[in-house]
Amino acid sequence: MKRMRKAGKKESGRGLCAPISRFYFSCVPAFLILFSSSAVAEPLIIGSKKFTESYVLAEIAKRAIENAGVPVEHRQGMGGTIILWQALRSDQISFYPEYTGTIGEEILKTPPTTTPAEMRNQLAKFGVGMTGELGFNNTYALVMQRTAAEKRQIRRISDLRSHPELKFGLTHEFLDRRDGWRPLAEKYQLPTQNIVGIDHGLGYEALRNDSIDVKDAYSTDAKIGDNDLVVLEDDLQFFPQYKAVFLYRLTLPANVIVVLRSMEGTLDEKRMIQLNAEAERTKNYARAADLYFGDAASPQTRSIGETFAHKLWRWTSRHLELAGISLFLSILAGVPLGIAASRGGALGQAILSVTGAVQTIPSLALLALLVPVPYFGISPRTAIAALFLYGLLPIVRNTATGLQDIALPIRESAIALGLEPSARLWKIYLPIASRTILGGIKTSAVINIGTATLAALIGAGGLGEPILSGLNLNDHVTILQGAIPAAVLALLVQWSFELLDRLLIPKGLRL
Amino acid sequence: MHPLVELIGVSKKFGAAAALRSTNLAFQRGKTTVLIGPSGCGKSTLLRLIIGLLEPDGGTIHFNGIPVTATNLAQLRRRIGYVIQDGGLFPHLTARKNVLLMATHLKKPAGEMQRRLSELSALTRFPEAALDRYPIELSGGQRQRISLMRALALSPELLLLDEPLGALDPLVRAALQKDLKEIFARLKQTAILVTHDLAEAAYLGDEIVLMNEGRVVQIGTLEDLRTKPASAFVTEFINAQRSLAVL
Repeated sequence: MKRMRKAGKKESGRGLCAPISRFYFSCVPAFLILFSSSAVAEPLIIGSKKFTESYVLAEIAKRAIENAGVPVEHRQGMGGTIILWQALRSDQISFYPEYTGTIGEEILKTPPTTTPAEMRNQLAKFGVGMTGELGFNNTYALVMQRTAAEKRQIRRISDLRSHPELKFGLTHEFLDRRDGWRPLAEKYQLPTQNIVGIDHGLGYEALRNDSIDVKDAYSTDAKIGDNDLVVLEDDLQFFPQYKAVFLYRLTLPANVIVVLRSMEGTLDEKRMIQLNAEAERTKNYARAADLYFGDAASPQTRSIGETFAHKLWRWTSRHLELAGISLFLSILAGVPLGIAASRGGALGQAILSVTGAVQTIPSLALLALLVPVPYFGISPRTAIAALFLYGLLPIVRNTATGLQDIALPIRESAIALGLEPSARLWKIYLPIASRTILGGIKTSAVINIGTATLAALIGAGGLGEPILSGLNLNDHVTILQGAIPAAVLALLVQWSFELLDRLLIPKGLRL
Repeated sequence: MHPLVELIGVSKKFGAAAALRSTNLAFQRGKTTVLIGPSGCGKSTLLRLIIGLLEPDGGTIHFNGIPVTATNLAQLRRRIGYVIQDGGLFPHLTARKNVLLMATHLKKPAGEMQRRLSELSALTRFPEAALDRYPIELSGGQRQRISLMRALALSPELLLLDEPLGALDPLVRAALQKDLKEIFARLKQTAILVTHDLAEAAYLGDEIVLMNEGRVVQIGTLEDLRTKPASAFVTEFINAQRSLAVL
């Protein structure tokens, strides 16, 4: 079984992988060793999306497969559909829970009338299989606070038409989906002025304090009951069916597929809402899996046995690893690019514009672009690559500025002495610009510590893990467990760089 | 024997403005030549053309009879010392390291460098105890002495000085003028010095080259300029330097 998994990996893109890894080998062998430990992962990998139900389904599958004696690892809360689908296609993950509506609308882009058999045929072209329905239908729904809805006598989505004053807080995914907001508003002729994009977990908070009036939700969302919200009736039958299934690699061993399929038809809406509620109440997804298996205690669940101190260490060390390696690479590339940029001209302009433009790409988009690339996938490498790109600008810009700011008499003295260009750079210009260059590196380091939380979006760990999961559970304590250490790290980095200034900036420039 | 430096039809433009019109000029070995003239007359441009910080638009510069080209420029620079108004010292290096930068770069033996440093300190009257200070810790006069030591470190055949005393107060300036004159004499140094102060020019220069609007107007001693002015401008320029009235 292990052999099959490795063979599958091998097919998936040696061509691109080899030259890149050679690059790493030649200049930074230490990283290769570090990466390879995660690259040759032996257990199966389950992915899940960034919301409770997806976590719970993945945990249940994980438990079922572990019970069958197969080691398996759960990458929790990865960005969105596109990241999971790309990861599955490129064999970065073995399977993940998905919904038929999403498969039809977002992945295959087929008409709503497509039968499951046709879907399976199309998925097979990507080397992907689909289990039967697990039971429940988790469709999109629009929800409102009960009091607000009753005051305005809104029961159906079409009732919203006569209330243009209402403020819609919609998740970004819903705003962009083919079966999301735009076609919905078109079909129901809804007003489209008062719309804000908001994270799913935060949206419930916004609804409670009246910052928004209407929000999109999943119909099996435990928060609907918890917060006493009303689900508006889809009176024009706009939303397609969202039956939960697992998408899996067709190369999975037969016994694993059998285990996955054994879950078909075992979860109706009521039970799913119950499991979701249990996960949110206990802040523990494994606990929901316990409930699914009839409350049998599960000694092998890692997250239960792990102490907070150990978790904190795991998050923090991964966080530092991501930020540290990416910073190192940013310096390695950024200083030479800055030197080139300092000479001005078209090349200099191009370097500054490109590194500047990279900065404006949203992190989720950058991750989605990198995930399908074979060498990167959903490994920490992708997070490091993204952080590397984000870290370039301050270093490039400060290096260029620091060099350009060197006074003309000093430049001319260096030339007139008869130093050759490389000696001028190393012995004169770079030391004189060192304070500005280090300033740029410091900025990059602090930004990197903050931005490294994005790694959690592709399941690469770090302090973003508790932040994401806390956002999702609407649990401030969990958010702070990640946010406070991240802030402390940023301060420590700042201080240690101030110490480094004394070591690296020549004394004559500090007097 | 060729003059040490010879300009043949050398000209330079900045945009449309002519900084130096086609000029022929020879500098003899062992002499101190002073270039003088009002601001923008082309005297600094001429110096910067010789050290290769500027490239001439026309004409050629010969060093020891050999035309200066892009390929031999780097080697030639090591045979020329260059001192500028604010010293151009490297702020991240101590006085000692500024002086020995090129010698270290060329991997000269440590003993030889130490001897040279002591000689230069004595020559320029720079206290050896202050050699480990950074430029920012030195006075303006001390900085110019270090700059001079740096220019002389490799025993150059030619020393170029671009208003080396321009930023110093009168007392320091007078002391340095005296020291410079002694140093030039002791080393039999070929030197080209740019200044706008006629008294300084007369005191230091074996020969004065008066320039105006990118042209050489007259070459000679102060006495020549006074008694045999080549044009009305020469007289005007001399009379404008009022301090001379008391001389």
